[in-house]
Amino acid sequence: MSRYFDFPDFPADQSSAHVSVPRNELTLICLLAITDCYKKQVKAARPNSACHRNRRINVGDGVAIEARDVSKIFGTSTDQEVWALDHVSVSIAQNEFFTLLGPSGCGKTTLLRLIAGFEHPTDGAILLEGEDISALPPFQRPVNTVFQNYALFPHMTVAQNIGFGLEMQGRPKDEVADTVGAMLSLVKMENLKDRRVDQISGGQQQRVALARALAPRPKVLLLDEPLSALDLKLRKEMQLELKRLQHETGITFIFVTHDQEEALTMSDRVAVMRDGEIHQIGSPQDIYNRPNNRFVADFIGESNFLEVQLLSRNGSTAKVRFANGTELDATLPSTDVTSGSITVIVRPEHARLTADRSAGHLQGVVNDAVYFGTDTHYYLTLDGGEEFVIRQQNQRGDRGKISSGTQVGVTINEDSIQVLAN
Amino acid sequence: MAELLLTRGRRSFDVRYLPGFTPLAAFCLVALYLPLILVIFFSFNAERSITVFSHFGLNWYEEAAQNTFVQNATWLSLKLAFFATLVATTCATMAGLATTRRKPFPGQSVVYGVINQPLMIPEIVTAVALLAFFGAIKQATNVYGFGYLLLAHIVFCIPFAYMPIRARLQDMDLTMEQAAADLYASPWKVFRRVTLPMMIPGIIAGAMLSFVISFDDVIISMLVAGPGETTLPVWMIGQLRRGLTPQINAVSTVLLVITFFVVWMVFVMTTRKR
Repeated sequence: MSRYFDFPDFPADQSSAHVSVPRNELTLICLLAITDCYKKQVKAARPNSACHRNRRINVGDGVAIEARDVSKIFGTSTDQEVWALDHVSVSIAQNEFFTLLGPSGCGKTTLLRLIAGFEHPTDGAILLEGEDISALPPFQRPVNTVFQNYALFPHMTVAQNIGFGLEMQGRPKDEVADTVGAMLSLVKMENLKDRRVDQISGGQQQRVALARALAPRPKVLLLDEPLSALDLKLRKEMQLELKRLQHETGITFIFVTHDQEEALTMSDRVAVMRDGEIHQIGSPQDIYNRPNNRFVADFIGESNFLEVQLLSRNGSTAKVRFANGTELDATLPSTDVTSGSITVIVRPEHARLTADRSAGHLQGVVNDAVYFGTDTHYYLTLDGGEEFVIRQQNQRGDRGKISSGTQVGVTINEDSIQVLAN
Repeated sequence: MAELLLTRGRRSFDVRYLPGFTPLAAFCLVALYLPLILVIFFSFNAERSITVFSHFGLNWYEEAAQNTFVQNATWLSLKLAFFATLVATTCATMAGLATTRRKPFPGQSVVYGVINQPLMIPEIVTAVALLAFFGAIKQATNVYGFGYLLLAHIVFCIPFAYMPIRARLQDMDLTMEQAAADLYASPWKVFRRVTLPMMIPGIIAGAMLSFVISFDDVIISMLVAGPGETTLPVWMIGQLRRGLTPQINAVSTVLLVITFFVVWMVFVMTTRKR
């Protein structure tokens, strides 16, 4: 019952740290705490409740949602068929903040709608905690959605909107009122509860939409680009807010976005999608530092792409030779790579300029230097003709920027070259 | 200078700044409202003339109110309009839901056409067709009565009620209903708690339109009505054959006031709701 308000008092600065207590003990503490919390029910939502527990204790490694070989084809006649999803498999752990990232039309929203039940898979199955829910209509799935345009009910007040799900579940009136009160305080909207939804700002509507979707304590919360309608400052605020809510409620969040920065800053894991397929699933660090292929490397962050020769392999690393003859170690992707000519990437912040041309791994000429305050971007043309960008952090003592036309060397940091799958 | 050009450029696209707009607008307003004002004005004439005003009097209102023909005709028209509106709006609401809230089905455009076609068919043709059709039924079944007139009114009111309802349903964001379904509302609950309350303005507009259309219909009522079924407009036309009297003016004024009142009431209700 109060699964939702599992960890109200947990200090935020420890929340992301992994707990070092042995697992069995943790489970025991957790069980005791759960029993305690269940007794306290909604009261646990109030600050200063006696229920102290850490986040992710009762997680186990349970799977919340699993998409098993799911395909979705739109259009009926064969020549108009659109494969919105092409044999997608993914499993999302409980209490995970999981992000589906990709350009528009990549199928991320379709996958979300399949989980919510607004669409049904053409092939494959959607499993919730191991149970096949593919055939269930949306109102029978313990999954709630925060819509892109919020979809708040205009003929109801803020409080009525938040209580709607509970009311439809047939919860008793006082329980609905209690939970609505707790939700209002969770999203800090107590003083606006009797407003109509067109009388509050976009950011406030966003909070109401969140509270409404969280109120029935879904097993999984789906968020369909919920921040895209907000301005930049509000969006940053809401990113933190979402993380906080996920910590406090312990609910699995599946977040859809086309904004790579949002995905990197908020997620536990990210799935990068294109054309109805998942290209890579991994932690933000994995996705950024070890992109599998050119699309992922290009879509997330900036990359320098260089053609090299693969000389030899050694486990997960390989020796590669650049066009100018320099030989360096590079990390191999998880998928297989053919020998011979391959592509590697180097992130702009993983390389430095050196005044001494011959001391650098690569050589080139500076075309342009753009000052950004925290750092300066140098746009180079390497001797082989390739474009290369370097992002260098500025220091107070820097003697001006290096002007265009300067001949320079490029030093690549150790362990910063990633081989792409072809 | 550039700013001046800009504002000029913008003005030339505004219909209010086209040459001759003001006199044209004045003409339209006068042509529309002066006759109405004259009707109202002469309804207060104490004498029989509708062109020469002698002095103020409410005697024509009195006479109209005491006229049993007027009483019966008004009662019949109100009854007819009320029931025709009730049935037509219900049908139109269901048709609206079926054409906007279901998966497109084969022949959907035909259904659109069939619902809206009565708007295009000349009313006199519909009237003649109904007359012949009902005549045949009456002869075959020997059943007479108010039902035929009511049925005729329902039939031509449906498309008028359907138009604003469908427009409203198409404007409504489908994600509202999805959100409700997502929040554990069964299809019936979704309709009751979200779709219906949100389409109310459309339903009110449709009902109002069909009430007005039914209330002032002449052609179909005249041809389809059985003996003794004289609606108010039909009675008024009948009176005109014997020359215009201020009594007609008085009845017209009352109709006008009632119509304005209904429109104003609906306006207040819908703006407060939304």
